[in-house]
Amino acid sequence: MIPFQYARATDVADAIKQIAADPYAKFIAGGTNLIDLIKYDVATPTRLIDISRLPLRNVEQTATGGVLIGAMVPNTDLAYHPLIEQHYPLLSRSILAGASQQLRNMASTGGNLMQRTRCFYFYDATTPCNKREPGSGCSAIDGLNRINAILGTSESCIATHPSDMCVALAALEAIVHVTGPAGTRTIAIADFHRLPDNTPQIDTNLEPDEIITAIELPAKGFSDNYSYLKIRDRLSYAFALVSVAAALELDGETIKEARLALGGVAHKPWRSSAAEVVLRGQRADAKTFANAADILLRGARGFGHNDFKIGLAHRAIVRTLGQAARGAPQSISDKKIR
Amino acid sequence: MAQSATAKQATRTATMPEKIPIRLTVNGNQMELTAAPWTTLLDALRDHLDLTGTKKGCDHGQCGACTVLVDGRRINSCLTLAVMKEGADITTIEGLARGGELHPLQQAFIDQDAFQCGYCTSGQICSAAGLIAEGKARTPDEIRELMSGNICRCGAYPNIVAAILQAMERS
Repeated sequence: MIPFQYARATDVADAIKQIAADPYAKFIAGGTNLIDLIKYDVATPTRLIDISRLPLRNVEQTATGGVLIGAMVPNTDLAYHPLIEQHYPLLSRSILAGASQQLRNMASTGGNLMQRTRCFYFYDATTPCNKREPGSGCSAIDGLNRINAILGTSESCIATHPSDMCVALAALEAIVHVTGPAGTRTIAIADFHRLPDNTPQIDTNLEPDEIITAIELPAKGFSDNYSYLKIRDRLSYAFALVSVAAALELDGETIKEARLALGGVAHKPWRSSAAEVVLRGQRADAKTFANAADILLRGARGFGHNDFKIGLAHRAIVRTLGQAARGAPQSISDKKIR
Repeated sequence: MAQSATAKQATRTATMPEKIPIRLTVNGNQMELTAAPWTTLLDALRDHLDLTGTKKGCDHGQCGACTVLVDGRRINSCLTLAVMKEGADITTIEGLARGGELHPLQQAFIDQDAFQCGYCTSGQICSAAGLIAEGKARTPDEIRELMSGNICRCGAYPNIVAAILQAMERS
């Protein structure tokens, strides 16, 4: 690994002060992605500011019936937390669908939002990549793009966001709490991650001198009718080719409220309000679900190797909405898709 | 070709960072080492503390051979900086046996013939110790899912699952 300095932040204010003082410094929490990126010479910080000991480890109910999750809560602790298992099982399942238990034990809630794409070319420092070296070109568009995006792509980047947790957060309309030199602010999860456009080097709307302190979940948890279905090249411990988070509120067989978000298909968790609109007020059946899938995938574009994702995403959406409607969420350990 | 990341780094770093003293409890013993900040916990264990039972497989968190227990939880030591674990309680494969008696998982791996080349085994056993402590896996399907961070390229998986089931029954 390249040499870097190391410093521990004593509190949030100290963390912000330290990051502002060094433009090449980076925060480190779980380190599961950042240390790997440093080993590949993709991230080249001169200083790591250790925020893993900051007292941001609470999971607590809010006055409005939601839950506030400290940014340093490990992914495993969050997935198994009674409040999350009971009221937000979609979030719990999505976390457990990602990575391995060792990595989930290390990875933080805030860090999960900040992880970077696993596009092969982003990781290979010998190839052009606009995300890694702005202006150098995109190797994936005409390269091995089986894992790349089909929605919201640009001429400069077709990378996907790798998180499972963030797909559930998108469906649950989570709110990101951040602190910077100017004070605190909140960012809706839909506005947190960006599309690549012509600045794919910027993944999020978090400013370089800001720190994530917490993730807030609104009261609505959809704990009766939800499912997280993740399709990947092996049955566990692989990134999603396509994943679907579906959450429904039903009145008999009629859909009162619907949330639909996809992973593995875009530069950010892909939520389609147009698809949700055509679900609301309709009968919860395969025809309705297929209609929503048609609308969500309108404008989807493949790049050769990943053309299959369009059809796969369509079937996965219909299947996941069906699981949610039946109250039969996808099992994590039994891999059969029913 | 773009300027390499390493070259860029060299132009930005005026002085080499100093080595840092790090205190760890490893297998019940207080240990001290002095290491550069970028020393991973894996390299600290193997190269500084001479505990080579923990293996370096991929060195990128993809194979699980480097799994150790930190404060009772299984993690990938290759993606952890030693300095970040200052003061932590670490258990490696060398710390599982009690006196002359093998840990139930070590015995079960022998009984069930759960390894071939053996390179992944210390990671498999440390990971399984973490799995049993978590108490989330009961069925073979659940064991397979929660052990998926440990790759065995010899393909000894059926025997590994059998060994973990045996240790779970006896613990």
